Amino acid sequence: MTEIGLQENKKSNLVISPKRKGGISGKLGYTLLYFVLGVIAIFQIYPLVWLFFFSLKTNQEVFGLSPFALPKDPQWINYVKVWTQGNISLYFFNSVWITIVAVILTVILASFVTFAITRMYWKLSKLVLGLFMVGIMIPLHSTLIPLFSFFNELKLIDNPISIILSYTAFNLPLTIMILLGFYQALPREMEEAAVMDGCSIHRIFFQITLPMTTPVMATVVIINMIYNWNEFVFVNTFISSDKWKTLTVGVNNFVGQYLTDWGAIGATLMISIIPILIAFIILSNRIVEGLAAGSVKG
Amino acid sequence: MSNKWVIALYVLPALILILFLIYIPIVLTGYYGLMDWDGIGKKTFIGLENYIELMKDKMFWSSTYHSILLAVFSAFSLLIYLIISLILASKIKGAGLLRKIYLIPMLLSSVAIAQLWLKIFDPTNGMLNKLLEMFGVENTPIWLADPNLVLYSIFIPIVWQYAGFYIIIYYAALKGVSDEIMEAAKIDGASPFQIAYKIKLPLILPVIKVTIVLAIVGSLKYFDLIYVMTGGGPNGASEVIASYMYKEAFKTYDFGYGSAIGFALLVLCLVMTWIIQKLTASKENVQY
Repeated sequence: MTEIGLQENKKSNLVISPKRKGGISGKLGYTLLYFVLGVIAIFQIYPLVWLFFFSLKTNQEVFGLSPFALPKDPQWINYVKVWTQGNISLYFFNSVWITIVAVILTVILASFVTFAITRMYWKLSKLVLGLFMVGIMIPLHSTLIPLFSFFNELKLIDNPISIILSYTAFNLPLTIMILLGFYQALPREMEEAAVMDGCSIHRIFFQITLPMTTPVMATVVIINMIYNWNEFVFVNTFISSDKWKTLTVGVNNFVGQYLTDWGAIGATLMISIIPILIAFIILSNRIVEGLAAGSVKG
Repeated sequence: MSNKWVIALYVLPALILILFLIYIPIVLTGYYGLMDWDGIGKKTFIGLENYIELMKDKMFWSSTYHSILLAVFSAFSLLIYLIISLILASKIKGAGLLRKIYLIPMLLSSVAIAQLWLKIFDPTNGMLNKLLEMFGVENTPIWLADPNLVLYSIFIPIVWQYAGFYIIIYYAALKGVSDEIMEAAKIDGASPFQIAYKIKLPLILPVIKVTIVLAIVGSLKYFDLIYVMTGGGPNGASEVIASYMYKEAFKTYDFGYGSAIGFALLVLCLVMTWIIQKLTASKENVQY
């Protein structure tokens, strides 16, 4: 009894200790800290709230009233207008399918490589891994001109294949880096047992390893989705016809035409970021984990 | 099927992609830099002419200066992100929610961010100047149209975009520091500042190094936001290396010269990475 009592005493001492020092100045300090953190939060979020507000305003409201005013009579028509006139809906669907295809390709190829590097023994594995890791440091702008002429010779300019392949190549290094940590920590007993049972390597990969990596796959899928959805330079350089443009480039051209119609511009921008915001609300933990893992492991 | 073939099957598709789309192009960039080439017609070998011209090109040096300035700003802003993360990681209620809120801008495309901030910076109807007017400021700045102000103005949305990213990285690293060490230090009477400076920072030093590389190299290749917001203007006041390269190649159709700039960018990024790693290399890793 006494022993337990002593231990509890020690613990409560520890908990109290910061308060004992604090007093009024401590409380004030905490309030100040929360105030600073809150101001930063407002700085981060208010521009988006402002964007949402002016997407629902008329020009008179935007120009005449305070930037903090709520829209008087929400102009949802702005959204209808930009979705039906112009090509925004087309760009939106291009973004969706190009993102999906590139993400699937990247995650499958990256899983193949990571599996081969962590589960098979071969001479060049260190070198190959090194090539993928160094790839993270290469500025993509330095590759742009040769890539343009390469795709041009293959007649792939103004063809979505060029951007899908570019997305895949440039996202493979980071994807492999995130997968690698997970694969290395994954216990091998199941796979070893399967080898004993005479299972083929492909069945091991597809039926045992791959299903075990679903958590990390979810992370890399969402990270890749965000990167591809937001990509601008490749589309801007390789795609010239409206038929294949994605939202980033489409929005940029579209907004240029609507110089003075703030409501339409706001609605267009909102449409381009809503899918990301929805994904974030549902999957924020995965996103945070993926972004943190991607750089910390390096 | 022999083992060799299996490995080839698993590795080659991805390897071929990065060889053809990343590694061969960076070598070719250096090579195309030796050519006089408009992108469509024949390439003519002109030796080092493009590179010599580049060294004399005032526009190239001013864009390099702007890129380096952005890199220096970014590196210093890391200090602020680190302090915020130290606060967040020290048992603040709602830290999880706060860092998620901070992260939101990072998830948006640079194009959307650029367009949004174009509106915020709008001299007559933008949020910023209206706010300044509410506080009674007369002669509000014209931000992006002012050559002396444009680079600093652009840095605000850059901070807005990346702050959350670095904060979650630092936060994750700080949360990885074991509680036992900190409890022990507390019992020994260490103040929160001592704990932060003497224990937490040395332990997350490797992560800090990674973020310095990310921030500096990331700034050197900064492009999307500047291309959309100012196109390098007014009068080249916000031109950076990547935007200058893009202009020379895809607007002026001087692919040879553009390639030379692209190669210079690559060399600069690699050299900077190497320098930072040399400078921050510690003789021994801290372990507890």
